[in-house]
Amino acid sequence: MESESKRKKESPNTAELAVTASFPDEVLEIVLSLLTSHRDRSSVSLVCKDWYHAERWSRTQVFIGNCYSVSPEILTRRFPNIRSVTLKGKPRFSDFNLVPPNWGADIHAWLVAFAAKYPFLEELRLKRMAVSDESLEFLASNFPNFKLLSLLSCDGFSTDGLAAIATHCKNLTELDIQENGIEDSSGSWLSCFPESFTSLEVLNFANLTSEVNTDALERLVSRCKSLKVLKVNKSISLEQLQRLLFRAPQLEELGTGSFLQDLTARPYADLESAFNNCKNIHTLSGLWEAVPLYLPALYNSCANLTFLNLSYTALQSGEFAKLVVHCPRLRRLWVLDTVEDKGLEAVGSNCPLLEELRVFPADPFDEEIIHGVTEEGFVAVSFGCRRLHYVLYFCWQMTNAAVATIVQNCPNFTHFRLCIMTPGLPDYLTNEPMDEAFGAVVKTCSKLQRLSVSGLLTDLTFEYIGKYAKNLETLSVAFAGRSDRGMQCVLEGCPKLRKLEIRDCPFGNEALLSGLEKYESMRSLWMSACNVTMNACRRLAKQMPRLNVEVMKEDGSDDSQADKVYIYRTVAGPRRDAPPSVLTL
Amino acid sequence: MSTTPLEHDYIGLSESSSVPRSSDKLSYSSSSSSCTEENYTSSNKACLNFKETELRLGLPGSQSPGRKPSHGLSLFGKDIENNNSNSNNTNGYAAPSPLKSLVSGAKRGFSDALDGASRNWGLSINGKPDAELGKGAVLYSPRGGLDDKCKIVKEVDVLPLSPKPVQEKKNQVPALNENEPTSAPAAKAQVVGWPPIRSFRKNTMASNLVKNNDAAEGKSGSGCLYVKVSMDGAPYLRKVDLKIYSNYMELSSALEKMFSCFTIGQCDSHGLPGQDGLSESRLMDLLHGSEYVLTYEDRDGDWMLVGDVPWDMFTETCRRLRIMKGSEAIGLGMYHSLMYKVTYL
Repeated sequence: MESESKRKKESPNTAELAVTASFPDEVLEIVLSLLTSHRDRSSVSLVCKDWYHAERWSRTQVFIGNCYSVSPEILTRRFPNIRSVTLKGKPRFSDFNLVPPNWGADIHAWLVAFAAKYPFLEELRLKRMAVSDESLEFLASNFPNFKLLSLLSCDGFSTDGLAAIATHCKNLTELDIQENGIEDSSGSWLSCFPESFTSLEVLNFANLTSEVNTDALERLVSRCKSLKVLKVNKSISLEQLQRLLFRAPQLEELGTGSFLQDLTARPYADLESAFNNCKNIHTLSGLWEAVPLYLPALYNSCANLTFLNLSYTALQSGEFAKLVVHCPRLRRLWVLDTVEDKGLEAVGSNCPLLEELRVFPADPFDEEIIHGVTEEGFVAVSFGCRRLHYVLYFCWQMTNAAVATIVQNCPNFTHFRLCIMTPGLPDYLTNEPMDEAFGAVVKTCSKLQRLSVSGLLTDLTFEYIGKYAKNLETLSVAFAGRSDRGMQCVLEGCPKLRKLEIRDCPFGNEALLSGLEKYESMRSLWMSACNVTMNACRRLAKQMPRLNVEVMKEDGSDDSQADKVYIYRTVAGPRRDAPPSVLTL
Repeated sequence: MSTTPLEHDYIGLSESSSVPRSSDKLSYSSSSSSCTEENYTSSNKACLNFKETELRLGLPGSQSPGRKPSHGLSLFGKDIENNNSNSNNTNGYAAPSPLKSLVSGAKRGFSDALDGASRNWGLSINGKPDAELGKGAVLYSPRGGLDDKCKIVKEVDVLPLSPKPVQEKKNQVPALNENEPTSAPAAKAQVVGWPPIRSFRKNTMASNLVKNNDAAEGKSGSGCLYVKVSMDGAPYLRKVDLKIYSNYMELSSALEKMFSCFTIGQCDSHGLPGQDGLSESRLMDLLHGSEYVLTYEDRDGDWMLVGDVPWDMFTETCRRLRIMKGSEAIGLGMYHSLMYKVTYL
């Protein structure tokens, strides 16, 4: 794609060349400043030197998918006018505790560089970065125009850091604290917003636990007239929520607190009218500990809902079904598997516009208890929701036939993440491997970008993937495959592959080494608990100097085995901040 | 992000292989899947019957219920046939816990079995103490006097209650690396990072349990022991002080009184013949009958049927109570509950 546009743009005839040469840079920059897609910008920058410079001067946003692929120095040298930075750090499996602590991805060095080169920085979005309170304080004090902070899956900071942000960032419009490893010691940070502060548009502290000062919150909400997104935490009661809703009728996204009230609650009518007062709510979440009695208060609000996130609410199928009847416009739904297949059937029947479904397990570690969803629920949704293209589904059983039916109904999947929670489980009806299921997915869903496989899988699955998944960018594999051939098929067959993460599979050195040049076209490769040796990793590192090959050793494991391998392309060279357990080869 | 001890990652790699869901097989035979330490590969069929009707203990709900110490409850489980994948190989990880499939398949059968068996859901006042309150499971089938449908024996593996066997993981990992087909780790072991759920989510779910526990404990300072009681379908919770009762009977009658209004409501909705002025005995029947079961959550976060352990032990370990519908309790795997315990055949 990139080379194509380059070719097109580089084939001007002489007359055009002359025109281009006299085209003022300023105009070019203005034109290019309208480009937002970072891929387009990458293409543009490859056209010629002039365009490269025009692009770099006009760029205000940068997205770095792997913080070690580039250094702050290189970044700031190339792009002088950045206002918005998105940085992702640790490998995704760090979310599941597979990465040693202190692995790296510390934001601080970046902030120091930004303070020098991007003093007008406005937005920072971080995912899987190590963030300390000192860094947050530094951020709050060094960037007077700072507006937006979004943290997801980060760790290392506490509510003190948030206090610093609230205190000093006078122009803050967005504070979005998603799921993080935050040390939540107190809710007093919220009271740090000065009384003169009115610019907030997004406030999300749903995943914090400490109680905040509700008066301070109420005053904050009252004076921030542009507040569009408010997601409160569990400590906020229904009664308090009602008051907040009356103060913010302009809300578009709401995360409720605890949806549970003692018997001495106000009348239900109050609750209902509070919700009815907010006519613009299209996204609803929270509902911690929801009691079915109060759900009907939401029914009217549900009519306009496009995104409903019940992933922390343990609703049973009956109550959920009753709720979902009122959500005909739903496009995205996240639920717990407590709603069971019956609940999903209700989704199929009532939500024809559904595009995204995520079903999380309420109790993923207890296999003796029968619960959750099965293939039936998924199939039911596929019959009713033909526009479905994103699914994350945790279940305990699945069949090849069910998956085939599902993709036949919904051939437009872009993201298909199926997690059969028991590793290596075959089709429970036929006892065969689940190869045909994923075969059906890749054959039918030509737009597939992301795939997570599970269940008992032979190399055949990977043959299918290599052969058919031509748009695949991210692949996650666990407890699957039979031999090196599986991994090789994927490396050879998927031209757009960017991220490959593998754990507990019998892929070894041959597979690893079959992907040499491929890895330079990918963002990263993760392999853990496979059959890769240190020697193979060293060979790889030697042959491919533009890759960082990092091995994480476990205590007490065999020295020749490479327990966890993380390989990524970089222009910044080997990193120097790795902890002792991480070896860079 | 701390890895709290609350994270249990299980990979049920132990058992037998996957079990076909026999929705058509409504009759269960007493078979057991257990093939414990061995490979669940081949000899499962041999392992099948009777071999492992061992007495294992302590699954949530694996205790006996029954208000009347009469028989009880059935055993629902599933026919575990091992014509499964093991034929050709398993990749070492193959079909680890068919347990799950077994169990979930069984789900369908339960209500059928439920109809058949003579059940006695209700509060149990069975004083038989269990040796271990662990996650193990017992299954056995009291042949006598039960429906054909209810003779299952199925068994899950045994996992020592504590400590969390982190060591097992280590044993397991190298095994996985060996590329040998089928050296399936026997007992359930913990596998780090599986299923792939963010720590935050895991901790939140887990801490919801702990928080409730703390709330209960917080009030116990002054010699009371308040626990929350919820009832499926009721709009609000109640709290009871366990210390004011001295045995299960007192507790159960108190609860019946407390939630009687909801029971009545429920009856109607279930189409049972409504009566004007339900009598005390009718009420008892309703609670007794197949409608509701009293369960509790213990210190480990497991849901158990009330009544198996001595009262004192119960008050010490009970974190909260829940009156749940019988069908739901079965759905939660409390089919394991038994009235009798059969010893090793």
